[in-house]
Amino acid sequence: MTSPHLSVRGVFKRFGPVVAVHDVSFDVAHGEILGLIGPNGSGKSTLFNCILGQTAPDAGSVEVDGRRVTGRRACDLSLLGVGRTFQQLAVFPGLSVLDNIIFAAQEHRGGMLGRLFMRPDAGLTEEADRMIEFFRLGAVRNKLAGDISYGQRKLVDAAMAFMAGPKLVLLDEPAGGVNPTMLAELRERLQTYNREHGTTFVVIEHNMDFVMSLCGRIMALAEGRIIADGTPDEVRADRTVIDSYLGG
Amino acid sequence: MRAHREAIAVAVVVAALIVAPLGQGNYIAYLLCSWLMLAIAAMGLNLTLGYAGRISLAQASFIGIGAYATSIVTLAHYPWVLGMAVGVVLCFLVGLLLGFPALRVRGHYLAFVTLAFNSLFFLVARNEDWLTGGTYGLSGMPRPRIGPVSTSGQLAFYYFTLAVALLAALVLRLIVRSPWGRAFKALRENEVRAESLGLDVRRLTLLAFAIGSAYGGLAGAIEAPLVQYIDPGSFDVVQSLSLLLMVVVGGLGEFWGPVLGSAVAVLLPEALRVTAAYYLMLYAIAVILLMTRCPGGLIGLARRIAARPARRRGAAVS
Repeated sequence: MTSPHLSVRGVFKRFGPVVAVHDVSFDVAHGEILGLIGPNGSGKSTLFNCILGQTAPDAGSVEVDGRRVTGRRACDLSLLGVGRTFQQLAVFPGLSVLDNIIFAAQEHRGGMLGRLFMRPDAGLTEEADRMIEFFRLGAVRNKLAGDISYGQRKLVDAAMAFMAGPKLVLLDEPAGGVNPTMLAELRERLQTYNREHGTTFVVIEHNMDFVMSLCGRIMALAEGRIIADGTPDEVRADRTVIDSYLGG
Repeated sequence: MRAHREAIAVAVVVAALIVAPLGQGNYIAYLLCSWLMLAIAAMGLNLTLGYAGRISLAQASFIGIGAYATSIVTLAHYPWVLGMAVGVVLCFLVGLLLGFPALRVRGHYLAFVTLAFNSLFFLVARNEDWLTGGTYGLSGMPRPRIGPVSTSGQLAFYYFTLAVALLAALVLRLIVRSPWGRAFKALRENEVRAESLGLDVRRLTLLAFAIGSAYGGLAGAIEAPLVQYIDPGSFDVVQSLSLLLMVVVGGLGEFWGPVLGSAVAVLLPEALRVTAAYYLMLYAIAVILLMTRCPGGLIGLARRIAARPARRRGAAVS
């Protein structure tokens, strides 16, 4: 049996009297697409932040490819091949789309001092153009990221998460606020990327159609605990999930 | 194409700067030196604030550290270049230390931290007479010699200052055109996202402060032999606020912004002197109008004017 790509063990996080994440444990296999669903305040984003080093868990551990990464900084995780997108749009509005995408990989090139003497694009323009083409952003390549539509910014956000060639990507509500046409495109792009590169995805999402059609496995959270874990059909039929989240 | 136009513009400006003081009196050369000196300090502040997004109200204190270091070294009959190196390295290290609070606080809290540092520097410079001369300051600093060439004359010192300013601008240009420049901007725009993409936010924040402060130190190394008298009053909080104004008026985060902003601060009041007692009022009104009508500063204003014909053409087509 191969070791899991991501292993979360007994993660616990409390904010004052509120327990946001309660002893959560799960594994994600290489190349798997795991969906994480649950009502607002169920602890999904806090769990993401604990995995990604942006919030220190009170207890528990996180391992990526068998390497303990609990408490490591987000930049270290990025260099270990872990990418992410954010619930709120997180592009750099004052940089062009091209510069956003180049920046997403430049910190992976050489040492910090070495980058001072690199070409301005760190030799990444060609690669960035391939990513721009993959996400069909050619029309806005040279525009400021702050000047393009919300849906296009979502695609830029996703392109940035993939630019450095991560092995594991955590996507926080990628479908939020995206129109249906753009949504279908995003899903298709993510599935293609997963198929072509074998990248592992963990996806937080409220859009049930999107998450159920994208993911091979769904995990439901409520009040910081896992209440269901299975295939999309199993989770959709789960009584606890229906009662606490999906509704009858 | 844009880089080509910029290179031509820079060549024209440098040529104009070379001939500007010819046939003028010492005072004009002195004013131009003051402008270039302040432009160097403002360039450093622009890196810290305009590019990296970390406010500093302590830039005058770094000019002070550079000026005192250079004065102490040159008054002890060591060469200017050694004094300058001591000042710049000292400012780099102190700037690095000042960057640590910036890892914890932002915005106006950081502004107050840096403002407190400027006040602390002022008090040290005023009270530590044995080192700084206290309120009497230090005087009689010699001007540098470059081999057999002395820069003791005002015109010679102007060309020396121009060479230092061009070199400082070139180095900064290389920094902001490298991947570091993009990283500084990413840090300014969204540091959480930047860190998630692999940027070592701590290290880059400290570097933004250290390099920006080193530029302050370099400006101080020019000021000491330019004025040949320094006292703590030249490096107080008001001077830091003035440098902040230069950066904002020129255009925050724009490479040439500090050069224009410092020109406005130093040269415009002189140009308006013909208006006698009203010149400060006119200067203040000009700044208020600029800031309210064009927050992007002079560079933003120039861009807006340059874009107008293209917008008109677009409107005509549609």
